[in-house]
Amino acid sequence: MEKIKKDLQQKFPEKIRKMYSDYGDDVLVIQKDALMDILQYLKKSPYDYTMLLDLTCVDYMREEPRFEMVYHLLSLSNRHRLRIKTRLPEKDLSIQSLTPIWKNANWLEREVFDMFGIQFKNHPDLRRIFMYDGFEGFPLRKDYPLRKRQPRIPLKE
Amino acid sequence: MKGDFITTSFNHVLGWARKYSLFHYPYVTACCGMEYMSAACAHFDLDRFGAGWTRFSPRQSDLLLVVGTITQKLAPVLHTVYEQMTDPKWVIAFGTCAVSGGIYDNYAVVQGIDKIIPVDMYIPGCPPRPETVLDGLVKLQKNIQHQKQDWRWKK
Repeated sequence: MEKIKKDLQQKFPEKIRKMYSDYGDDVLVIQKDALMDILQYLKKSPYDYTMLLDLTCVDYMREEPRFEMVYHLLSLSNRHRLRIKTRLPEKDLSIQSLTPIWKNANWLEREVFDMFGIQFKNHPDLRRIFMYDGFEGFPLRKDYPLRKRQPRIPLKE
Repeated sequence: MKGDFITTSFNHVLGWARKYSLFHYPYVTACCGMEYMSAACAHFDLDRFGAGWTRFSPRQSDLLLVVGTITQKLAPVLHTVYEQMTDPKWVIAFGTCAVSGGIYDNYAVVQGIDKIIPVDMYIPGCPPRPETVLDGLVKLQKNIQHQKQDWRWKK
């Protein structure tokens, strides 16, 4: 862990904001613009984070920047997990898509787009994955009304 | 008169025939499906009550078992399935999600299938025990026996 930290700080100065351990996992907080470079670097040897386990988003409403993207990486050869976080301001909800690096990012990013409205640049097919056509808004955002329903067919009382 | 015979009303016979020849269509969407399988298979055996014949086509079935959560996305599909069934037809809401939406009071889930289609029997439980399912089925059969049968061929 210390090795990665030193190496990354040397390789990407100013782009690493924080690095700490939380509940047994190592967490790396980075700048948004360096996402592709850092992840591409981590995927290669010797770190070998070949697997993107999960990719999700958290809405910290009333904080600035408001949204936080979370990436979970796994290195099978080093038997190590790494969590990478980066913040997005509400004004600019775009971030680079990871589909060129990991194919499974495709559907995971579609889910995040569906639920939070994050725009992924260079995504091959960015459209809703869970909610139906005609659904308005992004239901996992904290400002989505709790009781708001959008039925597809008229419902009886 | 020679030979054995019984007299009864046609309504009664029709009810008796219908309640013991329920072909059901399991519309399984969630974890209640496990409990449905358990109720339908050998340990508890829906077939003992004359409702064991599972048809995987709504067009050939009389009893729609809605087993599990129905989301807003799925609502038109369930409605179409119900419309496809031929009369006479009955619907059982199986489990809390189908009855009322259950714990899922959110943007995605319909709060009970009776907002989409008419329901004849509600079976509560999360999931319901097979005994509860059998109890619900027997109660539905009792209702079928006593309901006024519609004779569709009689003009």
